[in-house]
Amino acid sequence: MRGHLGTRIAQIIPTLILVSVLVFCLQQLMPGDPALVMAGEERGDPQVLAQIRAELWLDRSLPVQYLHWIGNVLQGNLGYSWRIRQPVAQLVAEKLPVTLQLGAMAFVIAVLIGVPTGIIAAVQRNKFWDYLANAIGLAGLSTPTFWLGIMLILLISVDLGWLPPSGYVPLTEDWRQSLATTIMPAFVLGNAIAAILMRHTRSAMLTSLDQDYVRTARAKGLREFVVVIRHALRNALIPVVTLGALELGTLFSGAVLTEQVFSIPGFGKMIVDAVFNRDYPVVQGVVLVTAFLYVMLNLLADVLYVVINPRLRGA
Amino acid sequence: MSTTVAPSVTRDVVMPRSPLQLALRRFLHRPVAVIGLAVIALFIAVAIFAPLIAPYDPVATSWSAIRKAPSAAHWMGTDENGRDVLSRVIFGARASLLAGVVAVLIAAGIGVPAGLLAGFTEGWVDSVLSRIVDAMLACPFLILAIALAAFLGPDLTNAMIAIGVSTAPRFMRVARAATLDASSNDYVEAARAIGNPGWRVAVRHVLPNIVPPVMVQGTLAIAAAIIAEASLSFLGLGQQPPAPSWGSMLNSAQRFLSQAPWLAVFPGLAIFLAVLSFNLVGDGLRDALDPRGR
Repeated sequence: MRGHLGTRIAQIIPTLILVSVLVFCLQQLMPGDPALVMAGEERGDPQVLAQIRAELWLDRSLPVQYLHWIGNVLQGNLGYSWRIRQPVAQLVAEKLPVTLQLGAMAFVIAVLIGVPTGIIAAVQRNKFWDYLANAIGLAGLSTPTFWLGIMLILLISVDLGWLPPSGYVPLTEDWRQSLATTIMPAFVLGNAIAAILMRHTRSAMLTSLDQDYVRTARAKGLREFVVVIRHALRNALIPVVTLGALELGTLFSGAVLTEQVFSIPGFGKMIVDAVFNRDYPVVQGVVLVTAFLYVMLNLLADVLYVVINPRLRGA
Repeated sequence: MSTTVAPSVTRDVVMPRSPLQLALRRFLHRPVAVIGLAVIALFIAVAIFAPLIAPYDPVATSWSAIRKAPSAAHWMGTDENGRDVLSRVIFGARASLLAGVVAVLIAAGIGVPAGLLAGFTEGWVDSVLSRIVDAMLACPFLILAIALAAFLGPDLTNAMIAIGVSTAPRFMRVARAATLDASSNDYVEAARAIGNPGWRVAVRHVLPNIVPPVMVQGTLAIAAAIIAEASLSFLGLGQQPPAPSWGSMLNSAQRFLSQAPWLAVFPGLAIFLAVLSFNLVGDGLRDALDPRGR
């Protein structure tokens, strides 16, 4: 197990280095001179421009700029927002908990919908419930997150008046209000992942139900429920954990749109606002932190995979 | 009795079906996939003949017809500038389908040669390309597309480039895996053994065999690219107003949800139907080309 983990950690280091190069290169795509953008009304003054270029190390070669930038990143310095002149790391620290709360709720909703539906579809293979689950799954995959959000606001907030259409209350402030403001966005965000989880679970369960140990369990006279849950599902969940972790990227992407629709001041809304304010250090910071989190959560899923897979535990 | 059996047996022996014919037969036996294909054909026809089909000019404003509910004159109602929603949905199909297809062509154009190269040469080239793909896949698809679109500037062309570049790693993975699989076949070994240069073996013998998985990936990727284009346009990073796009129509519809809900319903339904159709065809193709996975 330690060897497996050691290999995985060794593999992610070059990935993280390449991610940092990729994020750094994004800045090179920027049209025009960043110093001109930062100088604002003083853009006509060559002295001011030279000073800004020196401050941002823009007057050095690209490799030197990268090394300076990555050195700062490793010390927790993601640069300064050009618009509000605050450290990007501080902005990220303020917004990230909001998105993490939304993401965690969405993931729980996705698991609660996706896994049982996948089990039912597999057990009822090629029957009505299987067809229905597949149809709902495909519809879930084909529904744009932001449209589902708008439709739910229309139905639940505008027509029925059950939940607030937008806004956010932190959990620490008032947990009831916090749940009221986040349950609908979390459902919207969880919906797409639930459809993917349903497909993975169905596929893994079909493989599992076809195995000899399931036949043996049935031959022993165990109840079908026990066979499905204790024998088939336990083994089917192993690939679902890994494949589910790969969908965390979908969660981050979906959060951008969901936060925009429901006006939730999280990580996703921050990147969109930064894009329109041409606040490139914030865009870079968000991409870098998201990629880092994604790689780390995948590593966590790998650890979990080894822990729940008895065949790998002793390896 | 033997006379009735003999012709069909003879026909089967004389005219064996190619794998492509068998796949096509299996695809046509899946009604939902065929319906999906028909809906896609309909969308393509609507996009091509939009000027002939649309009842009004999609950008023409009318101050006397602001936010009118669906009626006989305007089947899907009018928007906040008095523009006909049906005409905008019809013209919006152009942006969405174009973005879907062009983005996937860009992605396949980058990903397939890279995957072929990585899978065929293996060694350090494979390691380097695979690490680059890992790094790109570590950045969530839409966030990478948003960042690229932001740095390139907001318009439909840049949105297509951003979506294409963000999707390329998926094509590279599929092409690499299919190349590794195809390279282990005897006919590839034979082509190498008779002295064919490596590039010729890769292009003439391996490439045709990686087409089926790439086609499946391509169809499903068009669905994802249509959603991505709509998402970028919704955020203001794709098609710019007043040109119609389903995503940007939903963006402006958000401001009038309680007064004009139809503004949000129809463009969303159009995205849903187009994406669903491509997903149905993609699933159908996958089952037809690899019946073991059903």
